[in-house]
Amino acid sequence: MRLTVNGTEHDVLSPPLTPLLHVLREELMITSPKAGCQQGGCGACTVLVDGEPRRSCLEPLAALEGASIATAEGLGTPEDLSPVQAAFHEHYAAQCGFCTSGFLMAAEALIQHGPVTREQAAEALGGHVCRCTGYVKILDAVTAASNGEDAAGRVEADQGPQGEDSVTPIPGRWG
Amino acid sequence: MAGSVDAAEVIVAQSPQEAVEAFGDGGMTLVGGGTIVVPEITHGRLDPGRTLVLGRAGLDGVRRDGSRTTIGATTRLSELEDAPDPLGIAVRHVADREVRGQATLGGNLCAPPGVESPRGDLQAALIALGADVRSTGAGGQRTDDAEAFVGAGDRDRLVLDVSFPDPEAGARQAVRRPHAHAYTVLSVCVARTAGAVRVAVSGAGPHGARCPSVERAFAETADPEAAAARVLDDVTPHDDALASAWYRSRTLPVLVRRALAEL
Repeated sequence: MRLTVNGTEHDVLSPPLTPLLHVLREELMITSPKAGCQQGGCGACTVLVDGEPRRSCLEPLAALEGASIATAEGLGTPEDLSPVQAAFHEHYAAQCGFCTSGFLMAAEALIQHGPVTREQAAEALGGHVCRCTGYVKILDAVTAASNGEDAAGRVEADQGPQGEDSVTPIPGRWG
Repeated sequence: MAGSVDAAEVIVAQSPQEAVEAFGDGGMTLVGGGTIVVPEITHGRLDPGRTLVLGRAGLDGVRRDGSRTTIGATTRLSELEDAPDPLGIAVRHVADREVRGQATLGGNLCAPPGVESPRGDLQAALIALGADVRSTGAGGQRTDDAEAFVGAGDRDRLVLDVSFPDPEAGARQAVRRPHAHAYTVLSVCVARTAGAVRVAVSGAGPHGARCPSVERAFAETADPEAAAARVLDDVTPHDDALASAWYRSRTLPVLVRRALAEL
């Protein structure tokens, strides 16, 4: 089976009924899609298949010959976040992170259709579960990204020196 | 589970003919969108054995023929969100938007009851629309009305397509789901087609069911309340993990009344 993942072609050898999730995680070592409920109910395994958000735990490999898969590994880099990633960073939309890559991929697909309201984002992402219950900030991030809010610049400016020796009080907040 | 997946003999049909030939007299596991079957395999409730994957068989698509709509079996539910009510509204209440992009009409129609509750929330809509189901399998190709198809114990059929005439009006009432992924507790679909009103229920038994007593009472009295009072003559609600038979019996006449009042 030929499968293109994040622009790279792979020959995969998993049995044909293996869910895409396990092909990605266990054969290709692409681990941003998470194995949550493994029955389509949590959204943590969401990837893009030919541009459409899909639960990778529900797609058997056999149905995907020649498909093009996108995962969070193919979005931005720490130095150059994608707009959705930058918005998640800016709005503190990730807590434990388990649901984040699923939300990111779903949001990537969603904002292709233009700006969305909170209600539209909530409806579109209603299948994703955040076990930290951080939905308010996730919706903040997705609506901001859909409005083309340029969070990336601010994220860059935000990156001061790192490590415990370099922790400095925030002026004006702690006096 | 890895063992059973390793041992499965998998055919990926590339055309409708190939799917029909491969299915033959049945006895295979069918994978349409995979939303029901794949978790069953993953969690060890189903040993797939011989498996036919339909995603590339070309059994999808919506066709209009005069005043009749024909929907291919592997048409994704996301394509049907604006279908005539009650089908359109029922589709919009299946799972979430992303799962609807994977799930197929044929899969929903053939869904066996789940571990904890009935599945196949579109059965009532298709029964209310008086849909015909074209399928193949042992004995060859045949067409059943949706009510007979879902009521038959033998659902070892490969659905080819589902068709129905344009309704004049349709409505659906359901118990609100607590979450996008909760199965329907109870839903009532009604449709008026060529002057006749059909009423069907999903979630009150192992499969969707038509309500002939309600239909007769409504034809005679045109009174939603009087007609709704007959619904327990047609279905006997059950207990399951989602709701008790008592709760369903109290709620069902209310939903029937509201749905009929919307026509």
